[in-house]
Amino acid sequence: MAKAETRAPARRRLGTVNVPTITLAHGGGGKAMRDLIDDVFVSAFDNDALTPLEDQARFALTDFSSHGDRIAFTTDSYVVDPLVFPGGDIGKLAVCGTVNDLAVGGAKPLYLSCGVVVEEGVKVDTLREIAKSMARAAAEAGVLIVTGDTKVVERGACDKLFINTAGIGAIREGLNLGADKARPGDAVLVNGLLGDHGAAILNARGDMALTTPIESDCAPLNGLIETIIETTPNTRFLRDPTRGGLATVLNEIALASEVGIEIFEDQTPIREEVKGFCEILGLDPLYLANEGKVVCVVPDERAHATLAAMDNHPLGVGAAQVGHITEERAGRVIMQTAFGGQRVVDMLVGEQLPRIC
Amino acid sequence: MKYVDEFRDPQKAKFLLNEIDGLVPKIRANLDRPIYIMEVCGGHTHAIFKYGIETLLPDGIELVHGPGCPVCVLPMGRVDDCVALAEMPGVIFTTFGDAMRVPGSKKSLMQAKADGADVRMVYSPLDALGIARDNPERQVVFFGLGFETTMPSTALTILQADQEGIKNFSLFCNHITIIPTIKAILDSPELQLDGFLGPGHVSMVIGTAPYQFIAERYQRPVVIAGFEPLDVMHSLWMVLKQIAEGRVEIENQYNRVVPDGGNEEALEAVGKVYELREFFEWRGLGSIDHSGVRIREFYAKYDAEKKFSVPAIRIADPKSCQCGEVLKGVIKPRDCKVFGTACTPEAPLGALMVSSEGACAAYYQFGDLEKVKRTDAA
Repeated sequence: MAKAETRAPARRRLGTVNVPTITLAHGGGGKAMRDLIDDVFVSAFDNDALTPLEDQARFALTDFSSHGDRIAFTTDSYVVDPLVFPGGDIGKLAVCGTVNDLAVGGAKPLYLSCGVVVEEGVKVDTLREIAKSMARAAAEAGVLIVTGDTKVVERGACDKLFINTAGIGAIREGLNLGADKARPGDAVLVNGLLGDHGAAILNARGDMALTTPIESDCAPLNGLIETIIETTPNTRFLRDPTRGGLATVLNEIALASEVGIEIFEDQTPIREEVKGFCEILGLDPLYLANEGKVVCVVPDERAHATLAAMDNHPLGVGAAQVGHITEERAGRVIMQTAFGGQRVVDMLVGEQLPRIC
Repeated sequence: MKYVDEFRDPQKAKFLLNEIDGLVPKIRANLDRPIYIMEVCGGHTHAIFKYGIETLLPDGIELVHGPGCPVCVLPMGRVDDCVALAEMPGVIFTTFGDAMRVPGSKKSLMQAKADGADVRMVYSPLDALGIARDNPERQVVFFGLGFETTMPSTALTILQADQEGIKNFSLFCNHITIIPTIKAILDSPELQLDGFLGPGHVSMVIGTAPYQFIAERYQRPVVIAGFEPLDVMHSLWMVLKQIAEGRVEIENQYNRVVPDGGNEEALEAVGKVYELREFFEWRGLGSIDHSGVRIREFYAKYDAEKKFSVPAIRIADPKSCQCGEVLKGVIKPRDCKVFGTACTPEAPLGALMVSSEGACAAYYQFGDLEKVKRTDAA
């Protein structure tokens, strides 16, 4: 990891918070806020670029140019309810989501920001745990959280905690991935079971009181994506199928590349528990969110090697080819159902709503 | 999934399709138009599109998607009443999820929620009763919607509320009954239907006897069908077989769930709590005699229509909408003047475009796919 230009001259003593809950004082700009930032964020993220607490993080241009010839820059806000769920929490999600958004563009993710909006009354310990979780996810992804912002709002003005992370990375030379790059005959691959995150969140909200243990697949994908690109440098397109799931990503490809896409229900990997969960609620797993999955479009002759490379990576076990790009029916995604029929897999209009009966 | 995958077996489907392929030309020999079979229930419509059943059927047989989606046949005025109830101070309005997006004349429940009304999605009326228990200072209204399928659960919820003496719970009753509606469709002069797939879930409650008049008076075969793709295909084959053999009967394909006599306990609860209304307004179909129920006087304190002042203004269906003709199977959704133009799932004019069980939404979403080429068919 390249070092940032600015170094802290000497380590100062970090402040600590001695009350159990966040109050408006922690957002007031004074000592309470400084203590909160030190105690919760600086101590967890602990890196030289962050510690000076200037209004901005500073880098040498060579930090980027040593990894590629273009910069990728992205931002995402995280408002998940509940804050902690099986397989992750809002902090891990906020790091992985932004890392993945950079990685699917072919970029090596380098630095992240962390902006939090906290509702008064949230436990300081909750914040500490979430900040530590962010730090662990950042370490796993090999990125640094180098700048941040904290706001405290009155009760009711936000739902406990919102996090925004922006990320910056360098795109390796010669790589030009895009939703418009798919060509008839190309293979469509995924790196494993679909819909776990969406099902885990719905289940964790407790409405259904199901005891089924479904864990979110939340994970940083930059390592796996590096493997994919090394194996298949002429990869056409990568995208993490988050909100809207596989169905939405495929529709975006079909529209942007002006091609058709044919997928096969019996080749689409979905956990039995997730299928059952969707069956009960009348949901379609193709539209459920994922936070540790990537959809890859590669030339057909690279499908086998790419799948093998994915399968060798811990985050690609169970990788599968779900379908291929077709010349016919441009702009549409068609599924061959396991039953033998066909159906159109369209964009979702709003959110999925459970059916009455 | 055990007990599910068995009913989705493509090999068995092939076998049934071969049988259907054999029956269709026999029937068509005496018929100069396609064979029209109506699936009454929205659950069947959903399964037909989800599994691509229509794309597998041979030419010469067409499925007509019937009125059995309770969300779709709800008139606009009733949605307005829901919004009015939801916007009353102190009210928590609870509803099944897919009623949220149905358009009223001014807004849907989802828009009302965004505007500040306390609208909550629940999975069962008992969840709504739980909310009432937890919020004794608030009035909790549940949007009672659906055919005989959901009637027992709302009836039992009222009985439960009564037993516990819960005073802040009430039901906005929009339950409808399927039989008078089928009759209205059969009486329609434009009718061209050769047989019916009967609603499985409704029949689980009411049994098979109430359909007898369809065979006797209207000479149309009915097969009460399950909801898995093999159920649907099996039932289609049974209807076609009746037609081919000149039989007109009420058959029960879904006998693993539907007892011929129905569910006595459920019927008892329904009878205790509800009575027939003189008439009820349906979207697209107009007013149909005895097609809805209301809460009996004895349980009036649980009747939101009596507890609150509900505007109950009749709103005419938008003029351009042809929901009624689609519901009766006179036209296909794509033949409607506003299909896909003024009426889309993003901005629906008619409720058929809203619910995942609505014929128009299904057509819009799943599109017109050509028939699957079956090279190995007999």
